[in-house]
Amino acid sequence: MFQSTHDDMGTPAPLRIGGLVSLTVDGREVTVPENSSVMRAAALAGVKVPKLCATDSLDAFGSCRVCLVEIEGRKGFPASCTTTVEDDMVVSTRSDRLDDLRRNVIELYVSDHPLDCVTCSANGDCELQDVAESLGVENSRYGLGGESHRGADKDTSNPYFTFDPSQCIVCYRCVRACDDIQGTFALTVDGRGFASKVTSGQLENFMESDCVSCGACVDHCPTEALMEKSVIEQGLPERSVTTTCAYCGVGCSFNAELKGDTVLRMTPDKNGQANEGHACIKGRFAFGYATHQDRITKPMIRDSIDDPWREVSWQEAFDYTATRLRAIQDKYGANSIGGITSSRCTNEETYLVQKMVRAAFGNNNVDTCARVCHSPTGYGLKTTLGESAGTQAFNSVAQADVVMVMGANPSDAHPVFASRLKHRLREGARLIVVDPRRIDLVNSPHIRADHHLALRPGSNVAFINAMAHVVVTEGLDNREFIDQRCENEAWLKWRDFISGEQNSPESTERITGIPASELRAAARLFAEAPNAAIYYGLGVSEHSQGSTTVMGIANLAMATGNLGREGVGVNPLRGQNNVQGSCDMGSFPHELPGYRHISDPAVRNLFENEWNVQLLPEPGLRIPNMFDASIGGHFKGLYVQGEDVAQSDPNTHHVEKAMRSLECLVVQDLFLNETARFAHVFLPGSSFLEKNGTFTNAERRISMVRKAIKPLAGMEDWEVTMALSEAMGYPMNYSHPAEIMDEIARLTPTFAGVSYAKLDRLGSIQWPCNDEAPEGTPTMHVDEFVRGKGYFAITGFVPTDERATRKYPLLMTTGRILSQYNVGAQTRRTANSEFYSEDVLEIHPFDAEERGICEGDWCGVASRAGETVLRAVITERVQPGVVYTTFHFPSSGANVITTDNSDWATNCPEYKVTAVQVTHVTEPSRWQKEYREFASRQEQLLDKARA
Amino acid sequence: MQEVDHLVKMANQIAENFSFHDDAVERITDHLRKFWAPSMREKLIDFKQGESDELKPALREAINRLENT
Ligand code: SF4
Ligand code: SF4
Ligand code: SF4
Ligand code: FES
Repeated sequence: MFQSTHDDMGTPAPLRIGGLVSLTVDGREVTVPENSSVMRAAALAGVKVPKLCATDSLDAFGSCRVCLVEIEGRKGFPASCTTTVEDDMVVSTRSDRLDDLRRNVIELYVSDHPLDCVTCSANGDCELQDVAESLGVENSRYGLGGESHRGADKDTSNPYFTFDPSQCIVCYRCVRACDDIQGTFALTVDGRGFASKVTSGQLENFMESDCVSCGACVDHCPTEALMEKSVIEQGLPERSVTTTCAYCGVGCSFNAELKGDTVLRMTPDKNGQANEGHACIKGRFAFGYATHQDRITKPMIRDSIDDPWREVSWQEAFDYTATRLRAIQDKYGANSIGGITSSRCTNEETYLVQKMVRAAFGNNNVDTCARVCHSPTGYGLKTTLGESAGTQAFNSVAQADVVMVMGANPSDAHPVFASRLKHRLREGARLIVVDPRRIDLVNSPHIRADHHLALRPGSNVAFINAMAHVVVTEGLDNREFIDQRCENEAWLKWRDFISGEQNSPESTERITGIPASELRAAARLFAEAPNAAIYYGLGVSEHSQGSTTVMGIANLAMATGNLGREGVGVNPLRGQNNVQGSCDMGSFPHELPGYRHISDPAVRNLFENEWNVQLLPEPGLRIPNMFDASIGGHFKGLYVQGEDVAQSDPNTHHVEKAMRSLECLVVQDLFLNETARFAHVFLPGSSFLEKNGTFTNAERRISMVRKAIKPLAGMEDWEVTMALSEAMGYPMNYSHPAEIMDEIARLTPTFAGVSYAKLDRLGSIQWPCNDEAPEGTPTMHVDEFVRGKGYFAITGFVPTDERATRKYPLLMTTGRILSQYNVGAQTRRTANSEFYSEDVLEIHPFDAEERGICEGDWCGVASRAGETVLRAVITERVQPGVVYTTFHFPSSGANVITTDNSDWATNCPEYKVTAVQVTHVTEPSRWQKEYREFASRQEQLLDKARA
Repeated sequence: MQEVDHLVKMANQIAENFSFHDDAVERITDHLRKFWAPSMREKLIDFKQGESDELKPALREAINRLENT
């Protein structure tokens, strides 16, 4: 059986490292940081002290009394996990007396524990068993007859793990993991002494409790009491591959643990720098989609979308695609085709797609799904700070004194970062939440936001300007920072602009709905903090002024001097796993890798020499432009890798029309997704478990994705793009993604020092990584901004066209839920759907009553773009006048309602503001009926191919 | 919405967002050059020639500059 490579030191490293302390453990001299525990010092000396309740990811608790030691000159037998080292201490960890005491304790545990080690699914992976064996305990002197938990019922309610009270030794590790690491406080210990037992919530089962299935308790349980169902059913894993989560932009590192070619569990990697051993339900448990029966593993083609699919060989699929795309170019011109890269794919894959479009297609019509999420971040941060990326590492939040979370919902969308943040908040950092909706963070166990500024959708710029107005007009600006670090002329202009009365909280109150006095208090709290940090999400970027808000955020950070060190910064929380990476890799039509404009002859030259082609100097079409051009009749061929535009992009009617107008749509994906229903070529994709590559998370951290199993369809995604490019007449010759990364490093200054060998050595690297920063850059803009001096951008408020009217009196905004991911193609194909099985419409009781809508009723939601029907959830989480939904299920048609309004600078759609009317209805909308018919017809056409 | 109507709407949005700057025309021109595909700019130029009053004045001026370079 495979053994975890991580040595458990028993207790965490001391927080503040001061001086060093030297001591002797079992005759071995060891020098450790002061405030270390004796247990940790022993571990560092190579001495393993028996333990049960201690583990190095949790503070010592001192409950099991197995770790007793003797210390010269001290009476008794102190617990080594709770005793701090002192100079010249002489510690003995083994003696007959100590072993007797330990045996006694273990026998007590065993007396209340089933003695079925051989048949237990944790056999070989149980700390109680290890300690008992090391002490030679086979039976209990206390007998097995007394009162015990042995007959207690197993809780199997959670789809992924079970809780067996009879195996529980009440070590509190699960409770502490849930409290200290996850921050959910779902578990308690009920009763006292021998009668004590672990319970989830008020004696509920796990599914009924507040548990969010992060798995931390399971990871920390030393016995089989909390255990993955997959392991119970299939036995312990035999091998492990360290890789990176393919869900959100936190980019957690995991060990994929396998038996043969079956992944049994994903355990969060303690050495992972993004997550430090923590995870959420998606990465930890929702990997079953990778082997779901819906996976398509054979290439397929068809002449028209009304024809049945035909399974063909890879080569036939490539030749067919190349012939059709070239024929389109011959007929409609070189610019009539393009490609879309995916933020779900690796850096190497997105790099190859944009290379193929520019070099083989011969145009710059390449874009990425980041267009519809964080393109305003790229524009806004590049303009103000000089680099299109977040400024900090995640662990920077541990130094923050005030945190402003704007338009982001970390507990649902970036759960592992949320746990870090909550930890800091419980330590006393203050919190400002800016969101139209009352997200969980506003009021969760042991956390209460100082200010929840529930602004009206569409008023972000007015809000951020008002914050800066208070800072500047109340003299809270950091003049020294501004003088040294920012462009003076731009600062003076901006100062005049922002001080204008139109930006005062009193003037903006009627736009934002935020009481001026509360906004002033929040601005003072932010500006007066030693370290204030801003974290934001799509609630900032997905607006008609998304880019302006991003610039406003950067302005506020500069004006208060909150950049260039730990604990501060501007931190975009990226939705999908590789949003940062797909942008870095030159996926935007106007930029080559490393955010360098295509019109720059020197940069173009570099790529032209390496790629041996001539590149066009003008930007290509962005995704919404491609759709418009398709409907306009001059864009006819599209290659889409790992992206489902038909579900994720706004104004579904418009997108569907664009898809139908294409003469050749090529989709590369795991499943026949919504877009693939309109496709002529389907190229099977490979899941993250089936390929090598890298992802770059929201903190610019490049992490390895390692192949755990063979690709189900026989090819990794980068190989597919390479073969298609060859069929198009532009061969590429890579034998491994490492060579693609070498090329990226050769051509991109911020990646110059990155290689797979270095990634293997360091675990991960935050770019820029080059000669000046050979091991990467956790904090950006330390001494100066990437652009030199920081630029204060003028951020005038321009209201969106999407306003509440008599016809559409409510504003709809959208978001995510913890258990589902994006379009749901992956998570809907796992047991995560037991937690959330349909998109619903949240509506305020006042608005519901006015419309005669009761909880659970069907509601018609109509906008100027379309109409759909969703079930009502009546809640005060949303304010009157605002409704909210998610977009994880295609049939709910959330994007049938969203419009083609977009950010002025980047065309990022305005998902977050749609004027709607809501009515009580009794049947699905017309679109929903048509969707069902179309989807079922397409399923039949697929079945024909598979038959 | 027709392709050209959408382009006009987007271009007007750009003009409005740059209207807070003294050098708005230059910024609009630069933005259209940097981020818009040539085919999109050409459509805008064609539209301007149709003498519509839907274009904001600074945008009209920016399109003139695009036309003349
Ligand atoms: S799975 Fe996570 S949230 Fe649920 S009880 Fe365990 S630690 Fe708490
Ligand atoms: S369930 Fe496991 S971790 Fe929790 S108290 Fe029992 S033995 Fe300890
Ligand atoms: S927080 Fe994000 S990266 Fe981490 S496990 Fe969850 S989904 Fe994966
Ligand atoms: S390990 Fe020290 S008391 Fe449990």
